[in-house]
Amino acid sequence: MIEYLRYLGAEALDFLGNLGRASLMWGRALSGLPRWNDIGLLMRQIYNIGVLSLVIIILSAFSIGAVIALQFHTQLAKFGAEDAVGVGLAMVLLRELGPVVTALLFAGRAGSAITAEIGLMKSTEQLSSMEMMGVDPLRRIVAPRLWAGMLCLPLLTAIFNVVAIYGGVVVAVEWLGADPSSYWNGMQDVVELWEDLGKGMVKSVFFAVLVTWIAVYQGYDTVPTAEGIGMSTTRTVVLSSVMVLATDFLLTLSMYGDFG
Amino acid sequence: MQMRTIEISVGAFVLAGALALVFLAVKVSGVDLTASRDTYTVQARFNDVAGLRERAKVSLAGVTIGRVARIEADMNYGEAIAVLELNGQPGNLPLDTGARIVTEGLLGARYVSLSLGIEEDYLTEGDMITDTQGALVLESLIGDFVTKMGAN
Repeated sequence: MIEYLRYLGAEALDFLGNLGRASLMWGRALSGLPRWNDIGLLMRQIYNIGVLSLVIIILSAFSIGAVIALQFHTQLAKFGAEDAVGVGLAMVLLRELGPVVTALLFAGRAGSAITAEIGLMKSTEQLSSMEMMGVDPLRRIVAPRLWAGMLCLPLLTAIFNVVAIYGGVVVAVEWLGADPSSYWNGMQDVVELWEDLGKGMVKSVFFAVLVTWIAVYQGYDTVPTAEGIGMSTTRTVVLSSVMVLATDFLLTLSMYGDFG
Repeated sequence: MQMRTIEISVGAFVLAGALALVFLAVKVSGVDLTASRDTYTVQARFNDVAGLRERAKVSLAGVTIGRVARIEADMNYGEAIAVLELNGQPGNLPLDTGARIVTEGLLGARYVSLSLGIEEDYLTEGDMITDTQGALVLESLIGDFVTKMGAN
Protein backbone atom coordinates (compact mmCIF):
# COMPACT_ATOMS: atom_id res chain seq x y z
CA MET A 1 0.00 0.00 0.00
CA ILE A 2 2.70 2.46 1.09
CA GLU A 3 4.72 1.23 -1.87
CA TYR A 4 1.85 2.07 -4.19
CA LEU A 5 1.35 5.54 -2.74
CA ARG A 6 5.07 6.20 -3.06
CA TYR A 7 4.88 5.13 -6.70
CA LEU A 8 1.93 7.44 -7.34
CA GLY A 9 3.71 10.36 -5.72
CA ALA A 10 6.85 9.75 -7.74
CA GLU A 11 4.82 9.63 -10.94
CA ALA A 12 3.04 12.86 -10.06
CA LEU A 13 6.33 14.61 -9.28
CA ASP A 14 7.75 13.26 -12.52
CA PHE A 15 4.81 14.65 -14.45
CA LEU A 16 5.13 18.04 -12.80
CA GLY A 17 8.85 18.08 -13.49
CA ASN A 18 8.30 17.24 -17.14
CA LEU A 19 5.63 19.91 -17.52
CA GLY A 20 7.89 22.46 -15.87
CA ARG A 21 10.87 21.60 -18.05
CA ALA A 22 8.71 21.66 -21.17
CA SER A 23 7.25 25.06 -20.30
CA LEU A 24 10.68 26.50 -19.54
CA MET A 25 12.02 25.19 -22.83
CA TRP A 26 9.05 26.63 -24.69
CA GLY A 27 9.32 30.03 -23.08
CA ARG A 28 13.10 30.28 -23.50
CA ALA A 29 13.01 29.14 -27.10
CA LEU A 30 10.25 31.48 -28.20
CA SER A 31 11.49 34.53 -26.32
CA GLY A 32 14.61 34.30 -28.48
CA LEU A 33 13.50 34.35 -32.04
CA PRO A 34 12.13 37.04 -34.20
CA ARG A 35 15.68 37.87 -35.29
CA TRP A 36 16.39 38.53 -38.93
CA ASN A 37 19.62 36.47 -38.98
CA ASP A 38 17.74 33.27 -38.18
CA ILE A 39 15.38 33.55 -41.12
CA GLY A 40 17.38 30.98 -43.09
CA LEU A 41 16.99 28.39 -40.33
CA LEU A 42 13.26 29.08 -40.20
CA MET A 43 13.01 28.71 -44.00
CA ARG A 44 14.66 25.31 -43.92
CA GLN A 45 12.32 24.13 -41.15
CA ILE A 46 9.20 25.39 -42.95
CA TYR A 47 10.44 23.45 -45.95
CA ASN A 48 11.01 20.26 -43.92
CA ILE A 49 7.83 20.52 -41.87
CA GLY A 50 5.38 22.21 -44.21
CA VAL A 51 6.33 21.74 -47.85
CA LEU A 52 7.30 18.09 -47.48
CA SER A 53 4.01 17.36 -45.66
CA LEU A 54 1.99 18.69 -48.59
CA VAL A 55 1.85 15.39 -50.46
CA ILE A 56 0.35 13.35 -47.62
CA ILE A 57 -2.03 16.20 -46.73
CA ILE A 58 -3.33 16.59 -50.27
CA LEU A 59 -3.72 12.86 -50.90
CA SER A 60 -5.56 12.28 -47.61
CA ALA A 61 -7.72 15.37 -48.02
CA PHE A 62 -8.85 14.32 -51.46
CA SER A 63 -9.80 10.81 -50.34
CA ILE A 64 -11.55 12.04 -47.20
CA GLY A 65 -13.55 14.66 -49.11
CA ALA A 66 -14.51 12.09 -51.73
CA VAL A 67 -15.56 9.46 -49.18
CA ILE A 68 -17.65 11.89 -47.10
CA ALA A 69 -19.39 13.19 -50.22
CA LEU A 70 -20.12 9.62 -51.32
CA GLN A 71 -21.55 8.63 -47.94
CA PHE A 72 -23.62 11.81 -47.59
CA HIS A 73 -24.90 11.45 -51.12
CA THR A 74 -26.09 7.85 -50.77
CA GLN A 75 -27.80 8.58 -47.45
CA LEU A 76 -29.33 11.92 -48.43
CA ALA A 77 -30.54 10.60 -51.79
CA LYS A 78 -33.06 8.49 -49.87
CA PHE A 79 -34.78 11.73 -48.84
CA GLY A 80 -34.21 13.47 -52.15
CA ALA A 81 -31.92 15.94 -50.38
CA GLU A 82 -28.74 15.44 -52.43
CA ASP A 83 -28.43 19.22 -52.59
CA ALA A 84 -27.33 19.25 -48.95
CA VAL A 85 -24.13 17.31 -49.68
CA GLY A 86 -22.08 20.48 -50.13
CA VAL A 87 -23.33 22.02 -46.89
CA GLY A 88 -22.75 18.89 -44.85
CA LEU A 89 -19.28 18.36 -46.26
CA ALA A 90 -18.21 21.97 -45.70
CA MET A 91 -19.53 22.06 -42.12
CA VAL A 92 -17.91 18.77 -41.13
CA LEU A 93 -14.61 19.77 -42.70
CA LEU A 94 -14.32 23.34 -41.49
CA ARG A 95 -15.47 22.68 -37.95
CA GLU A 96 -13.96 19.31 -37.09
CA LEU A 97 -12.32 17.06 -39.63
CA GLY A 98 -10.06 19.62 -41.28
CA PRO A 99 -8.20 20.79 -38.18
CA VAL A 100 -8.21 17.40 -36.42
CA VAL A 101 -7.16 15.13 -39.27
CA THR A 102 -4.50 17.59 -40.45
CA ALA A 103 -3.10 17.75 -36.92
CA LEU A 104 -3.03 13.93 -36.64
CA LEU A 105 -1.31 13.56 -40.01
CA PHE A 106 1.05 16.37 -39.06
CA ALA A 107 1.95 14.62 -35.81
CA GLY A 108 2.72 11.44 -37.70
CA ARG A 109 4.60 13.03 -40.58
CA ALA A 110 6.38 16.04 -39.10
CA GLY A 111 6.18 15.57 -35.32
CA SER A 112 7.89 12.19 -35.33
CA ALA A 113 10.61 13.53 -37.65
CA ILE A 114 11.29 16.48 -35.33
CA THR A 115 11.57 14.22 -32.30
CA ALA A 116 13.87 11.73 -34.02
CA GLU A 117 16.08 14.50 -35.40
CA ILE A 118 16.52 16.36 -32.13
CA GLY A 119 16.84 13.09 -30.21
CA LEU A 120 19.65 11.93 -32.45
CA MET A 121 21.36 15.31 -32.11
CA LYS A 122 21.21 14.89 -28.36
CA SER A 123 22.48 11.31 -28.28
CA THR A 124 25.38 12.13 -30.61
CA GLU A 125 26.10 15.09 -28.31
CA GLN A 126 25.71 17.70 -30.99
CA LEU A 127 23.57 19.72 -28.61
CA SER A 128 26.18 19.76 -25.84
CA SER A 129 28.97 20.62 -28.28
CA MET A 130 26.88 23.52 -29.52
CA GLU A 131 26.52 24.74 -25.96
CA MET A 132 30.26 24.40 -25.53
CA MET A 133 30.83 26.58 -28.60
CA GLY A 134 28.58 29.22 -27.06
CA VAL A 135 25.66 28.60 -29.44
CA ASP A 136 22.34 28.28 -27.69
CA PRO A 137 20.68 25.10 -29.01
CA LEU A 138 17.30 26.38 -27.87
CA ARG A 139 17.65 29.28 -30.26
CA ARG A 140 19.39 27.47 -33.08
CA ILE A 141 17.58 24.09 -33.05
CA VAL A 142 14.39 24.33 -31.03
CA ALA A 143 13.00 27.78 -31.79
CA PRO A 144 12.93 27.54 -35.62
CA ARG A 145 11.07 24.22 -35.40
CA LEU A 146 8.50 25.60 -32.98
CA TRP A 147 7.86 28.67 -35.13
CA ALA A 148 7.76 26.66 -38.35
CA GLY A 149 5.29 24.17 -36.87
CA MET A 150 2.98 26.88 -35.58
CA LEU A 151 3.02 28.60 -38.97
CA CYS A 152 2.69 25.47 -41.12
CA LEU A 153 -0.19 23.59 -39.49
CA PRO A 154 -2.85 26.32 -40.00
CA LEU A 155 -1.74 26.74 -43.61
CA LEU A 156 -1.84 22.98 -44.15
CA THR A 157 -5.33 22.91 -42.60
CA ALA A 158 -6.56 25.53 -45.05
CA ILE A 159 -5.10 23.58 -47.97
CA PHE A 160 -6.61 20.35 -46.58
CA ASN A 161 -10.08 21.94 -46.46
CA VAL A 162 -9.89 23.26 -50.00
CA VAL A 163 -8.66 19.98 -51.44
CA ALA A 164 -11.28 17.98 -49.52
CA ILE A 165 -14.09 20.23 -50.74
CA TYR A 166 -12.76 19.80 -54.25
CA GLY A 167 -12.71 16.01 -53.70
CA GLY A 168 -16.36 16.31 -52.73
CA VAL A 169 -17.07 18.21 -55.93
CA VAL A 170 -15.43 15.51 -58.02
CA VAL A 171 -17.55 12.76 -56.45
CA ALA A 172 -20.88 14.51 -55.85
CA VAL A 173 -21.03 16.81 -58.86
CA GLU A 174 -18.87 15.30 -61.58
CA TRP A 175 -19.55 11.67 -60.84
CA LEU A 176 -22.93 11.34 -59.10
CA GLY A 177 -24.42 14.29 -60.93
CA ALA A 178 -25.51 16.63 -58.12
CA ASP A 179 -26.34 20.15 -59.19
CA PRO A 180 -23.14 22.23 -58.94
CA SER A 181 -24.90 25.52 -58.24
CA SER A 182 -26.86 24.14 -55.29
CA TYR A 183 -23.64 22.49 -54.05
CA TRP A 184 -21.85 25.84 -53.88
CA ASN A 185 -24.84 28.02 -53.01
CA GLY A 186 -25.94 25.77 -50.17
CA MET A 187 -22.44 26.08 -48.75
CA GLN A 188 -22.36 29.85 -49.11
CA ASP A 189 -25.77 30.28 -47.51
CA VAL A 190 -25.04 28.25 -44.42
CA VAL A 191 -21.31 28.53 -43.73
CA GLU A 192 -20.37 31.57 -41.64
CA LEU A 193 -16.99 33.25 -41.92
CA TRP A 194 -16.15 33.42 -38.22
CA GLU A 195 -18.49 30.81 -36.76
CA ASP A 196 -17.24 27.99 -39.00
CA LEU A 197 -14.06 28.94 -40.83
CA GLY A 198 -12.63 31.20 -38.14
CA LYS A 199 -13.21 28.90 -35.21
CA GLY A 200 -11.83 25.95 -37.19
CA MET A 201 -8.64 27.88 -37.84
CA VAL A 202 -8.38 28.85 -34.16
CA LYS A 203 -8.56 25.16 -33.33
CA SER A 204 -5.80 24.48 -35.79
CA VAL A 205 -3.55 27.07 -34.13
CA PHE A 206 -4.09 25.37 -30.75
CA PHE A 207 -3.21 21.99 -32.29
CA ALA A 208 -0.12 23.45 -33.95
CA VAL A 209 1.26 24.73 -30.64
CA LEU A 210 0.43 21.43 -28.96
CA VAL A 211 1.91 19.07 -31.54
CA THR A 212 5.16 20.96 -32.18
CA TRP A 213 5.67 21.55 -28.49
CA ILE A 214 5.27 17.86 -27.67
CA ALA A 215 7.48 16.82 -30.58
CA VAL A 216 10.32 19.18 -29.75
CA TYR A 217 10.20 18.48 -26.02
CA GLN A 218 10.19 14.72 -26.50
CA GLY A 219 13.28 15.04 -28.69
CA TYR A 220 15.03 17.44 -26.36
CA ASP A 221 14.31 15.34 -23.28
CA THR A 222 15.01 11.94 -24.80
CA VAL A 223 17.12 9.24 -23.17
CA PRO A 224 20.22 9.44 -25.37
CA THR A 225 20.23 5.85 -26.63
CA ALA A 226 18.86 4.20 -29.76
CA GLU A 227 16.05 2.71 -27.72
CA GLY A 228 15.34 6.02 -26.03
CA ILE A 229 14.91 7.80 -29.37
CA GLY A 230 12.53 5.10 -30.54
CA MET A 231 10.47 5.46 -27.39
CA SER A 232 10.40 9.25 -27.62
CA THR A 233 9.25 9.13 -31.23
CA THR A 234 6.44 6.74 -30.35
CA ARG A 235 5.48 8.88 -27.39
CA THR A 236 5.34 11.98 -29.60
CA VAL A 237 2.85 10.41 -31.99
CA VAL A 238 0.73 8.81 -29.26
CA LEU A 239 0.73 11.80 -26.94
CA SER A 240 0.03 14.36 -29.68
CA SER A 241 -2.81 12.30 -31.14
CA VAL A 242 -4.49 11.85 -27.78
CA MET A 243 -3.94 15.46 -26.79
CA VAL A 244 -5.28 16.73 -30.12
CA LEU A 245 -8.47 14.71 -29.79
CA ALA A 246 -8.97 15.64 -26.14
CA THR A 247 -8.26 19.32 -26.78
CA ASP A 248 -10.62 19.23 -29.74
CA PHE A 249 -13.45 18.12 -27.49
CA LEU A 250 -12.72 20.88 -24.99
CA LEU A 251 -12.43 23.51 -27.73
CA THR A 252 -15.66 22.39 -29.39
CA LEU A 253 -17.38 22.47 -26.02
CA SER A 254 -16.24 26.01 -25.28
CA MET A 255 -16.84 27.29 -28.84
CA TYR A 256 -20.17 25.71 -29.72
CA GLY A 257 -21.43 24.62 -26.30
CA ASP A 258 -24.59 26.34 -25.10
CA PHE A 259 -23.07 27.87 -22.00
CA GLY A 260 -20.87 30.37 -23.87
CA MET B 1 19.18 20.99 -51.66
CA GLN B 2 20.01 24.54 -52.71
CA MET B 3 18.91 27.30 -50.37
CA ARG B 4 17.26 29.10 -53.30
CA THR B 5 15.03 26.16 -54.19
CA ILE B 6 13.98 25.90 -50.55
CA GLU B 7 13.12 29.58 -50.41
CA ILE B 8 11.06 29.37 -53.59
CA SER B 9 9.15 26.30 -52.48
CA VAL B 10 8.51 27.81 -49.03
CA GLY B 11 7.22 30.94 -50.70
CA ALA B 12 4.94 28.88 -52.92
CA PHE B 13 3.70 26.93 -49.89
CA VAL B 14 2.85 30.02 -47.88
CA LEU B 15 1.17 31.56 -50.92
CA ALA B 16 -0.87 28.39 -51.48
CA GLY B 17 -1.96 28.41 -47.84
CA ALA B 18 -3.01 32.04 -48.02
CA LEU B 19 -4.88 31.47 -51.28
CA ALA B 20 -6.62 28.46 -49.71
CA LEU B 21 -7.82 30.68 -46.86
CA VAL B 22 -9.10 33.30 -49.30
CA PHE B 23 -10.83 30.59 -51.32
CA LEU B 24 -12.52 29.23 -48.20
CA ALA B 25 -13.66 32.70 -47.17
CA VAL B 26 -15.01 33.74 -50.55
CA LYS B 27 -16.21 30.60 -52.22
CA VAL B 28 -17.31 28.54 -49.22
CA SER B 29 -18.54 31.01 -46.63
CA GLY B 30 -19.78 33.43 -49.31
CA VAL B 31 -18.27 36.70 -48.13
CA ASP B 32 -19.29 39.30 -50.65
CA LEU B 33 -16.29 41.40 -51.66
CA THR B 34 -18.30 43.53 -54.08
CA ALA B 35 -20.10 45.31 -51.26
CA SER B 36 -20.41 48.58 -53.15
CA ARG B 37 -22.86 47.06 -55.61
CA ASP B 38 -26.04 49.01 -56.31
CA THR B 39 -28.75 47.85 -53.96
CA TYR B 40 -31.86 49.26 -52.34
CA THR B 41 -33.87 47.92 -49.45
CA VAL B 42 -37.57 47.34 -49.01
CA GLN B 43 -39.32 45.85 -46.01
CA ALA B 44 -41.82 43.04 -45.88
CA ARG B 45 -44.19 42.40 -43.00
CA PHE B 46 -44.88 38.71 -42.29
CA ASN B 47 -47.08 37.07 -39.67
CA ASP B 48 -44.42 34.36 -39.24
CA VAL B 49 -40.89 34.02 -40.61
CA ALA B 50 -40.04 30.73 -38.87
CA GLY B 51 -36.96 29.21 -40.49
CA LEU B 52 -36.02 32.24 -42.60
CA ARG B 53 -32.45 33.29 -41.93
CA GLU B 54 -30.46 36.42 -42.62
CA ARG B 55 -28.62 36.22 -45.96
CA ALA B 56 -31.32 33.94 -47.37
CA LYS B 57 -32.02 34.69 -51.01
CA VAL B 58 -34.85 36.77 -52.43
CA SER B 59 -36.05 35.48 -55.77
CA LEU B 60 -38.39 36.47 -58.54
CA ALA B 61 -39.62 33.61 -60.72
CA GLY B 62 -36.80 31.45 -59.37
CA VAL B 63 -34.04 33.94 -60.19
CA THR B 64 -32.11 35.37 -57.24
CA ILE B 65 -32.46 39.17 -57.19
CA GLY B 66 -31.39 39.96 -53.65
CA ARG B 67 -30.86 38.82 -50.09
CA VAL B 68 -32.53 39.11 -46.70
CA ALA B 69 -30.49 41.73 -44.87
CA ARG B 70 -32.13 41.70 -41.44
CA ILE B 71 -35.08 40.18 -39.64
CA GLU B 72 -36.71 42.14 -36.83
CA ALA B 73 -39.71 41.62 -34.59
CA ASP B 74 -42.42 44.30 -34.53
CA MET B 75 -43.44 44.30 -30.88
CA ASN B 76 -46.54 46.46 -31.46
CA TYR B 77 -48.28 44.12 -33.86
CA GLY B 78 -46.60 40.83 -32.98
CA GLU B 79 -45.33 40.45 -36.53
CA ALA B 80 -41.95 40.03 -38.16
CA ILE B 81 -40.34 42.53 -40.51
CA ALA B 82 -37.80 41.24 -43.00
CA VAL B 83 -35.56 43.83 -44.59
CA LEU B 84 -34.86 42.75 -48.17
CA GLU B 85 -31.80 44.01 -50.02
CA LEU B 86 -32.55 44.01 -53.73
CA ASN B 87 -30.01 44.35 -56.53
CA GLY B 88 -30.15 47.23 -58.98
CA GLN B 89 -32.02 50.53 -58.86
CA PRO B 90 -35.61 50.99 -57.64
CA GLY B 91 -38.22 51.18 -60.36
CA ASN B 92 -39.00 47.61 -61.38
CA LEU B 93 -41.28 46.25 -58.68
CA PRO B 94 -44.88 47.56 -58.52
CA LEU B 95 -46.22 48.83 -55.17
CA ASP B 96 -48.50 45.82 -54.70
CA THR B 97 -45.73 43.27 -55.18
CA GLY B 98 -46.34 40.21 -53.05
CA ALA B 99 -43.83 38.26 -50.96
CA ARG B 100 -44.05 34.65 -49.86
CA ILE B 101 -41.73 32.55 -47.74
CA VAL B 102 -41.14 29.22 -49.44
CA THR B 103 -38.87 26.23 -48.95
CA GLU B 104 -36.27 25.02 -51.41
CA GLY B 105 -36.81 21.29 -51.85
CA LEU B 106 -37.96 19.11 -48.99
CA LEU B 107 -35.34 19.90 -46.37
CA GLY B 108 -33.93 22.97 -48.07
CA ALA B 109 -33.44 26.48 -46.79
CA ARG B 110 -36.31 28.98 -46.59
CA TYR B 111 -36.22 31.93 -48.96
CA VAL B 112 -38.43 34.83 -50.03
CA SER B 113 -40.23 34.61 -53.34
CA LEU B 114 -41.63 37.80 -54.88
CA SER B 115 -44.55 38.00 -57.27
CA LEU B 116 -45.23 41.12 -59.35
CA GLY B 117 -48.33 43.25 -58.82
CA ILE B 118 -50.17 45.48 -61.28
CA GLU B 119 -49.78 48.99 -59.81
CA GLU B 120 -48.36 51.77 -61.96
CA ASP B 121 -46.10 53.09 -59.20
CA TYR B 122 -42.99 51.32 -58.08
CA LEU B 123 -41.49 50.35 -54.73
CA THR B 124 -38.67 52.65 -53.65
CA GLU B 125 -36.08 52.60 -50.90
CA GLY B 126 -37.62 51.75 -47.53
CA ASP B 127 -41.14 50.90 -48.79
CA MET B 128 -43.17 48.19 -47.08
CA ILE B 129 -44.57 45.11 -48.80
CA THR B 130 -47.84 44.19 -47.11
CA ASP B 131 -49.24 41.52 -49.43
CA THR B 132 -47.34 38.66 -47.82
CA GLN B 133 -47.70 35.04 -46.91
CA GLY B 134 -45.61 33.79 -44.01
CA ALA B 135 -43.79 30.54 -43.53
CA LEU B 136 -45.78 27.35 -43.28
CA VAL B 137 -45.16 25.91 -39.86
CA LEU B 138 -45.60 22.17 -40.10
CA GLU B 139 -46.45 21.74 -36.43
CA SER B 140 -49.36 24.19 -36.53
CA LEU B 141 -50.68 22.60 -39.74
CA ILE B 142 -50.66 19.20 -38.05
CA GLY B 143 -52.23 20.79 -34.97
CA ASP B 144 -55.08 22.26 -37.07
CA PHE B 145 -55.59 18.95 -38.79
CA VAL B 146 -55.79 17.04 -35.52
CA THR B 147 -58.22 19.55 -34.01
CA LYS B 148 -60.52 19.32 -37.03
CA MET B 149 -60.42 15.53 -37.02
CA GLY B 150 -61.31 15.64 -33.33
CA ALA B 151 -64.30 17.92 -33.97
CA ASN B 152 -65.82 15.51 -36.52
